[in-house]
Amino acid sequence: MRQEGVLRHAAMRFLGLIPTLLVLITIAFFLIRMAPGGPFDGEKILPPEIRANLDASYHLDEPLLQQYFRYLGQIITGDFGPSFQYKDWTVNELIARGFPVSATVGGLAIVLAFVLGTLIGTIAALRQNTAVDYSVMGVAMLGISIPNFVVAPLLILGVAVYAGWLPAGGWDGSWQRMVLPVITLALPAIAYIARLTRGSMIEVLHSNYIRTARAKGLPERLVILRHALRPAILPVISYMGPATAALITGSVVIERIYSIPGLGSYFVQGALNRDYTLVMGVVVFYGIVIIVLNFIVDLLYAWLNPRIRYDEAQ
Amino acid sequence: MILPVKTKVLLACCLVWLAACTDQENDFGRPLEQRTQPVDLVLLEDGRPDPAVLAKEQVVRRGNGEEPETLDPHLAQGIPAAHILRDLFEGLTAESAEGELVPGAALRWNISRDARTYTFYLRRDLFWSNGDPLAADDFVYSLQRALSPETASSAARTLLPIQNAREVLAGELPVEELGITLLDEFTMQITLTGPTPYFLGLLASPVAYPVNRKNVEEFGDQFSKAGQLVSNGAYVLKDWAPRVSIELEKNPNYREAGLTIIERVIYSPTEDRSAEVKQFRSGALDWTNEVPNNQFQWLQRHYPDELVVSPWMGSYFFGFNLTQEPFIDNPSLRMALILAIDRQIITEKVTQFGEMPSYALVPTGIDGYVPFSPEYADWSQEERDHEAGRLYEQAGYSEERPLQVEIRYNTSDNNKKIALAVASMWKQALGVNVTLVNEEFRVFLQNREQKVITQVFKAGWVSDYNDPYSFLELFLTGHRGNDYGYSNSTFDALLDEVGLERVRARRERLMFEAERVLMSDHVIIPIYTYVTKRLVSPRLRGWQNNVMDHHPTRYMFMLKSRESSEPAGDPQ
Repeated sequence: MRQEGVLRHAAMRFLGLIPTLLVLITIAFFLIRMAPGGPFDGEKILPPEIRANLDASYHLDEPLLQQYFRYLGQIITGDFGPSFQYKDWTVNELIARGFPVSATVGGLAIVLAFVLGTLIGTIAALRQNTAVDYSVMGVAMLGISIPNFVVAPLLILGVAVYAGWLPAGGWDGSWQRMVLPVITLALPAIAYIARLTRGSMIEVLHSNYIRTARAKGLPERLVILRHALRPAILPVISYMGPATAALITGSVVIERIYSIPGLGSYFVQGALNRDYTLVMGVVVFYGIVIIVLNFIVDLLYAWLNPRIRYDEAQ
Repeated sequence: MILPVKTKVLLACCLVWLAACTDQENDFGRPLEQRTQPVDLVLLEDGRPDPAVLAKEQVVRRGNGEEPETLDPHLAQGIPAAHILRDLFEGLTAESAEGELVPGAALRWNISRDARTYTFYLRRDLFWSNGDPLAADDFVYSLQRALSPETASSAARTLLPIQNAREVLAGELPVEELGITLLDEFTMQITLTGPTPYFLGLLASPVAYPVNRKNVEEFGDQFSKAGQLVSNGAYVLKDWAPRVSIELEKNPNYREAGLTIIERVIYSPTEDRSAEVKQFRSGALDWTNEVPNNQFQWLQRHYPDELVVSPWMGSYFFGFNLTQEPFIDNPSLRMALILAIDRQIITEKVTQFGEMPSYALVPTGIDGYVPFSPEYADWSQEERDHEAGRLYEQAGYSEERPLQVEIRYNTSDNNKKIALAVASMWKQALGVNVTLVNEEFRVFLQNREQKVITQVFKAGWVSDYNDPYSFLELFLTGHRGNDYGYSNSTFDALLDEVGLERVRARRERLMFEAERVLMSDHVIIPIYTYVTKRLVSPRLRGWQNNVMDHHPTRYMFMLKSRESSEPAGDPQ
């Protein structure tokens, strides 16, 4: 019964994805077109003959509505079109090359953040209001407040420039080049997850069933691991959805500082260059990633928290 | 519940992983702080470096700014792409390490008496990187491709001096009607619309490079990818991972392959200047594209041997909108504002990069041209401020009735710092109230072009070719780059004459006169001449500073470092 409910829920969510994406595409399409200036405007102004050839080759000479429907027709076949800026590449190729990089760095960062964050949060909660708690949470607060564009150059300076242990940047898929970006990306997430875990863990530890478990004489380790941890990480799970989406789709700051060829820079570069197809491609892709991850979080929620049942909603 | 076990395992892995990196033997270069100096350069009689002083590994790693937009030479227009294309291809003409024009694929050429027809005699022993012979028809095909409307190349504007280029681009004439004729296998002729003294220089730019017809026809718009691109320059494209690196390898079929020393070039995109400097310091780069402005003094102190600053053919200036209040028909006010800026302070204290203060439009060092220098260039700043005050009052402004003005610029640290300095100088010298407005680049360009809300705005120009005309033509009546609304028939007539003049000295005089007219109309506020600034490993030699900032890798070589030379012993 429950299984069936989850499946039906999943199907509904996937159908719901289509109108959401359509709205997203429409808004993004017209917004970027409304931005002043076009992809071929620059300080060096093009002669009208050349401008006309360029507009024609990218269909920019057509009425906007026609371009919109052309784009929709194209996107249904999964083709995001050629990039205006990176002329040798299609948007599909750029995403196909950028996403694995961002996903690797972001994925490792979110795993690291989840593991260390829950661990630190739990320790702090168990030692509530002791020196351990205060110092761990103090460090966590620091982790949240120091921006990554400060952390990253400091790490490079220390680890790469002075010590020479790791490369200062660049990308070849080797683990040496991943260490610093992953750490930089994970730090604020570790801190945030630690705070979330601590808060909810303290709450759970004061609940009746934990008291019951302890009263039954269960070892403290089992009380924490078997009974307290699962409900305590619920808020972390709901944070994980958007956080994972944000991390695996790349961070502009991290990519620039470590020279990583991820997806994040395409957002900014695409928008600044009025690279219409690239911006649209990345927006749609990001939209899909967020929707899918939120969906996974919902399912995880149901699995972790028996109080949520999707069939009951019917 | 197995999560905790997983947690422990993962944590342990992480710790092992982190620990491992500390004793890992690294192969990503050696931090600059730990490197030794190179051996002294010894030249052979023919001027080439003695092989004994060369490093065993001839690899150069160059930081290259933004990711190049394409490696199709006819479509590329950015500076980063041009750096790479100069290594991959060679036009009819080429450039020496000093940036001087030298024969490229063409061994020699004749220019007709009316300076409109160029006959090129190609070398007879040229090959493409795939071994195909290269002849004049390859150049005819390539120039036709570059100017064809289907190619839709923005860089094609460089080739507009060629006869019928405009009509062909507009689709009114077929490409065969271009002023480009094949005379025989190794001879070709190019006819121009009018005399264009810098035309030979244009032929050394990427849009005039040859592309291999079979290659283009086989792969279509994908031909410029690694593994497919056929080129005719000193290097071939080996690998291209977008935003990671572009790797070139020596081309054994290049006509001077025997003289090319660097075996491999790795271009890395470096979007962030501070990150680029850190990569250089960590040993991952031998050559940076730039250095951040705010680190100049620090770098000068710590890396005096590596830091290279050299004039570049660009001018930084502000423009007046001459079509709106308060600057319409108000030359005294414009002159007052031009005078009341201490350019020395801006270059020494604000930008701090050894830029040269400028008082006119064209930078010094462009093809031997000596720019116009206004009278106030020799005055002291007190004299200028005094005169500025007089003109300011003459224009009807005073302390009680100060000028309110906007300086508009595209968002950038450097623009902001300069605009702030200018604003405070105007405030101090004249009491002008300045509002600073920054805008995103394309919004800014649009506002500039519309000439409605702009007053004083950031302008500036980096030339496409080594000729002052590139700067002057921006001020022609109705020119699309004329965001100033400037129109002076004397100036226009002078530039028309420049276009027709064949004698170099007379042409220069005409351009000088045009620049004088322009500067006397107070259209722009000159600030400084651009410089290039980068870090270069002391081991990398063979390149020379030049105003175009063109540095083909084929002239470079790597010296070995002192420590590695010792164990080898001294053969003498």
